[in-house]
Amino acid sequence: MLHTINKSPFEKNSLDTCLRLAKPGSEILLLEDGVYAAVKGTAVEQKMVQALGDYTVYALGPDLKARGIEEDRLIDGVEVVGYDGFVDLAANSDRVQSWL
Amino acid sequence: MSDAAKKFMYVNRRAPYGTVYALEGLEVVLIGAAFDQDVCMAFIDDGVFQLKKGQDTKDSNMKNFSPTYRALGDYEVTKLYVDKESLEQRGLGEDDLMDLTYEDEDDDYNEKPSIRIVSRDELADLMEQQDVILNY
Repeated sequence: MLHTINKSPFEKNSLDTCLRLAKPGSEILLLEDGVYAAVKGTAVEQKMVQALGDYTVYALGPDLKARGIEEDRLIDGVEVVGYDGFVDLAANSDRVQSWL
Repeated sequence: MSDAAKKFMYVNRRAPYGTVYALEGLEVVLIGAAFDQDVCMAFIDDGVFQLKKGQDTKDSNMKNFSPTYRALGDYEVTKLYVDKESLEQRGLGEDDLMDLTYEDEDDDYNEKPSIRIVSRDELADLMEQQDVILNY
């Protein structure tokens, strides 16, 4: 199952609720303002590092770029995907849960 | 209901009135219910406030749409899953929620409660069983 998060973890609880309810082994794609959760040295880094033990975490490259986030600022283990990768993730999942 | 019916879950995570999400979501559920699908709703985070008893918008000039939830049973939307942790975080319990029921046509039309309080694990399992999940 693919979970997508498009809200900043500093503004909304979408990330927290997703991490509480997603089953281990799921994929999580961070996009739009959700990509801020992928950055090292933030208040949510510890939470994300822990999440990486249970989930495969992706961040959408064009949204990182738009926000000036270089890939070397990302938490180790977060995979960057483009729009094509986003499509593949959605197409290969039984269902998609978008945590708005 | 035909075997081809898909399982739809409408996930509600926003409080009523502050934004239009809750009302719009409810309207979509009622419209969707006309299409003979297997529909359930989940109430998570501030979404649990949608089901709070005693909503009264008389003094605020807004439409009180909470009575509409009572119509869900007649549209065969009889599974309203409420996240226990979200309730507890907000100081609410089952008694604070509207008394929503449906008539079970498989059981001599006995009235049964539509609201089911569920744990995070139950909710996670329910999500995995859906064909489509829509968020409001």
